[in-house]
Amino acid sequence: MFSLFLPTSFRPPARESGIIRPMTYVHTMNRVLLVIILACWHLYAAAALTIEITEGAEGALPVAVVPFGWQGQGAPPKQDMAEIIRSDLQRSGRFNTMPAGDMLARPQSGSEVEFRDWKVLGMENLVVGNLRPNGSGGYLVRFQLFDVFKGEQLAGYSIPTTERNLRATAHHIADIVYEKLTGQRGAFATRIAYVTSINNAGGEPRIALKVADADGYDAQTIVTSKEPLMSPSWSPDGRKLAYVSFENGKPGVYIQEVFTGRRQKVAAYKGINGAPAWSPDGRKLALTLSKDGNPEIYVLTLSRKSLKRLTNHYSIDTEPAWSPDGRNIIFTSDRGGKPQVYQVPSAGGKVKRLTYEGSYNARASYSSDGELVAMVTRQGRDFRVGVLDLESGGLQVLSEGHLDESPSFAPNGSMVIYATKVNGKGELAAVSVDGRVRQRLALQEGDVREPVWSPYTQTNRRNP
Amino acid sequence: MKPNILKFIPVLALSLVFAGCASTGDKTAEGEGAPVTEAGQGAAWEGGAQVAGASEGGAWSGSALDNPDSPLYSKVIYFDFDSSQVRADYVDVVAAHGDYLAADPSVTVTIEGHTDERGSREYNIALGERRANAVKRLLMAQGTAESQIVTISYGEERPVDPGLHETAWEQNRRAELIY
Repeated sequence: MFSLFLPTSFRPPARESGIIRPMTYVHTMNRVLLVIILACWHLYAAAALTIEITEGAEGALPVAVVPFGWQGQGAPPKQDMAEIIRSDLQRSGRFNTMPAGDMLARPQSGSEVEFRDWKVLGMENLVVGNLRPNGSGGYLVRFQLFDVFKGEQLAGYSIPTTERNLRATAHHIADIVYEKLTGQRGAFATRIAYVTSINNAGGEPRIALKVADADGYDAQTIVTSKEPLMSPSWSPDGRKLAYVSFENGKPGVYIQEVFTGRRQKVAAYKGINGAPAWSPDGRKLALTLSKDGNPEIYVLTLSRKSLKRLTNHYSIDTEPAWSPDGRNIIFTSDRGGKPQVYQVPSAGGKVKRLTYEGSYNARASYSSDGELVAMVTRQGRDFRVGVLDLESGGLQVLSEGHLDESPSFAPNGSMVIYATKVNGKGELAAVSVDGRVRQRLALQEGDVREPVWSPYTQTNRRNP
Repeated sequence: MKPNILKFIPVLALSLVFAGCASTGDKTAEGEGAPVTEAGQGAAWEGGAQVAGASEGGAWSGSALDNPDSPLYSKVIYFDFDSSQVRADYVDVVAAHGDYLAADPSVTVTIEGHTDERGSREYNIALGERRANAVKRLLMAQGTAESQIVTISYGEERPVDPGLHETAWEQNRRAELIY
């Protein structure tokens, strides 16, 4: 899907005069509430992204991403690479990005950069780049990342790509910048899966399982149905999705290859077949079955199609999720009277209660380092996204909606995506794990719900 | 209500036919008007409206399941939040369905369990199943055979009212009997 990075620092092109615009940069570092509506998506008008910074951007790194230059004949490609990169960095909550309109100069390569211009504006880091044609339908994207105060280049790459992959390339560049500046691996080039429902007036609902870029763009439908579709779960290699479909009037658990569309039914017992969750090694699926009387957690070994029952209680046990080391499974149970999160060894053993705070904690999932658990938590009348620190036992509430659900960590643990309701309609939202930056992914396709963030895949090449 | 008393006459006649069936099947306490209005629409005085089965000298010609005055007419049982206990005001309705099914073993019913939109979706699937099973147990207590009953839970996936407020949620927390 994505071509190789070629880590060669490239030679600057023939010197051209930078575009100088006499504008004053308004210092906005201490805005308490900054709402940027990115309304300038000319190509992907179907989606719009709203970023809402809920607290001061103190501690966020100031960075300028200069609009990329075009060094070819004719019209430049429609994708605004710099804007995609800027938006990725901004919504992570770790960066304070400069609006392009506030820039005094627009260098397209390192040789055009006057560091003093950017120092004056308080920009500690600077990204410049350009595109040129590269074979038929191809482009060569070149970019450099600078430490403005040291006047040093931190990264510089030439990336061959295609028209179709320009967005993906921009997300990869954002990943490189993110990792260079934070030391943490970026997750912008990953994907999300989610369920949409469109109720045509008088007609049957049309329910779809979709896959899109992590910023909500480039959505592709992988299943449609008139009956409910639920609970998508990514395989650890990011190539398959397990999900629940009520096609044929009964719930069944299916596994589908995302790229080929090939699929198989793996559970269709009497009663509930639900809540599939892939083991970290990809060999097993935890799921909820009620074939033996009431909802219990089972582990299905995919190669042998053998089932092992993990829980045995007359109450509801459901929503299993594996710990990253594969040793434990956490799940929702109301064995204590109200739904709370419990843990059981994945090989079977003693059940231990994890949450005590509040009257409703459910749908828990681990961060990839295994230190945090995101869940739906009831706060008064509202259902919100909370994150439990397993070591301290503290629960931090990250969302502010009335009916938030289905939280899912980004593979680098930096953000949590979840479902929320806006004006009665289901939408996706994401929040930085410190709770500081929240964003809405306003996809205009009916009711949107159950987002799950993909793991890193083989195409998400580890950055140098 | 007095001016409308005439509307009740065919309904009262039907009540005699189905003697012993208390009219507990209404959705809400103030909802008694709903089935009565429907009967009224079929009544001859309304002028213009076609006469339904209720007019044939007070004898119901269709299935008791379609008789607005029978407890069997109610096929939706509502629940409290995060509860699967059949409320006292619905016990008679469920019992009537249990009697009906027990009397004719060739009849089968599907019980759909549903929840409101609050909380997590898979937990709600489990809760919906528990509601369907609570109704199933009551049907079986009346002598209905297990083989006559199919249960399925849709959780919060099929709300009756998509509104995000308590009155909508009350409508959505339900078990439906589908013959």
